[in-house]
Amino acid sequence: MGILFHFGRYALFIRSVFSKPDKYKIFFRRIVDEMVQLGISSIGIVTIISFFIGAVVTLQTAYNLYSHMPIIPGYVVSLVTRDSVLLEFASTLICLILAGKVGSHVASEIGTMRVTEQIDALDLMGINSANYLVLPKVLGLMIMVPFLSILSMAVGIFGGWISGAVTGAVLSADYIQGIVYAFVPFFIVHSIVKSVVFAFIITSIAGYCGYYTSGGSLEVGRSSTQAVVQSSIWILVFDLILTKLLLP
Amino acid sequence: MIEAINISKSFDGKEVLKHISATFQKGQTNLIIGQSGSGKTVFLKTLVGLHQPNAGDVFYDSRNFIAMKEKEKNKLRQEIGMLFQGGALFDSQTVEENVRFPLDMFTGMTLDERRERANFCLNRVNLRNVNNLFPSEISGGMQKRVAIARAIALNPKYLFCDEPNSGLDPKTSIVIDELIQEITKEYDITTIINTHDMNSVMGIGEYIIFIHNGEKHWEGSSNDIFGSDNKELNDFVFASKLFQKIRNC
Ligand SMILES: Nc1ncnc2c1ncn2[C@@H]1O[C@H](COP(=O)(O)OP(=O)(O)O)[C@@H](O)[C@H]1O
Ligand SMILES: [Mg+2]
Repeated sequence: MGILFHFGRYALFIRSVFSKPDKYKIFFRRIVDEMVQLGISSIGIVTIISFFIGAVVTLQTAYNLYSHMPIIPGYVVSLVTRDSVLLEFASTLICLILAGKVGSHVASEIGTMRVTEQIDALDLMGINSANYLVLPKVLGLMIMVPFLSILSMAVGIFGGWISGAVTGAVLSADYIQGIVYAFVPFFIVHSIVKSVVFAFIITSIAGYCGYYTSGGSLEVGRSSTQAVVQSSIWILVFDLILTKLLLP
Repeated sequence: MIEAINISKSFDGKEVLKHISATFQKGQTNLIIGQSGSGKTVFLKTLVGLHQPNAGDVFYDSRNFIAMKEKEKNKLRQEIGMLFQGGALFDSQTVEENVRFPLDMFTGMTLDERRERANFCLNRVNLRNVNNLFPSEISGGMQKRVAIARAIALNPKYLFCDEPNSGLDPKTSIVIDELIQEITKEYDITTIINTHDMNSVMGIGEYIIFIHNGEKHWEGSSNDIFGSDNKELNDFVFASKLFQKIRNC
């Protein structure tokens, strides 16, 4: 089916997702559940990946700079690491990982509910199923993702420090000097804004893919794959747009 | 009483229901029978508004459901309970939470009152001590009972059951069928049941319509079903060796 069809249906889907919840008490409880389910449970993977990214970026930067320009001072390496982590890795890369983890989880959960008629059961009771199921996930991840992003920044920079010190690529004192040198606080804001937008992309697209599953378990798997592929693509598209818009 | 008038439904140009009319009385078990793929599920879901018919009307005690606005429909839906083919229990919730769910969403009852009502419904379907188990931890027959308990939680006037005994052994099937019939009588509900099981037809078929390829071919009671001269109905009824033997003696 055509891309226009999906755009239109996605727009209608978003409209029903963002309508008034049926019962606020249940709605708020569901948001907290999803914050745990989607956000807290991602802390482990975010930490591990950020540490290694920070470590590797530091080593590669050191290697590149020193092999071409041996006179470059050591703190430049950590400055480059810091800005790469702040600008790109802590938002885009982490959200691409979340697209895989959270996106596939959300799409298969909702897709399973579709093919086992649990969504029909909600609709039959007169509950707006798109709103009831998807909105808490969208808001839950959007609330949690700034924390994940900040965590990723901290761990990434820490990882670079460790790898620089252990391998001797960057002296500890140089690394720390570079972390504070010419620091632009706006980069943190930039990263958080991006990651919140990406969180919306991940959960809404995954919700959409799951919600319109038809068939059986094979199709649930297909929806889950679609969710990951589509949300990754749209994350990259919006990465480009937002970077152009936000950075001078 | 539910009246379906001239219901037609197609998907992408493929006609699945063709001008079906039927009247289902309250306080009795109304059956829709037909082989797999004949359109029973689509018909049931059209009656409750999960599918929009291409033509036709549905009246719930003279209230035109199809013509209603979404808001009115949602209100009427609280008078409807439905048992889906696979049970459709929410698998992230315990048995008790499943049964309590409609109460949580639609009543102003306190938690204690909701608990009590959920327990009452679970007792009614003969389930005890399973409140804190998850659907995946109980048997298929028990899942069906929980689904019935959830369907009757809000005291519905109308009960829809899509193949209530699919996937169950013959003995459990009879228990479920009889449970549905008892509840129907007890609360004077208008109950409509989809089935392709001849045992159910003989056991609880008070009013039966037979659908073949999306068309209504026959209606009547289980007493008349052997005397029909409709070829498709006879093919359906006498498909099994057992019923062929019954015919021949
Ligand atoms: N959502 C749908 N989209 C397209 N075709 C459908 C849909 N639902 C059911 N059908 C078709 O309608 C026919 C009747 O299906 P159904 O009502 O499920 O039969 P059954 O009598 O076994 O319950 C089948 O041919 C099925 O493929
Ligand atoms: Mg069916």
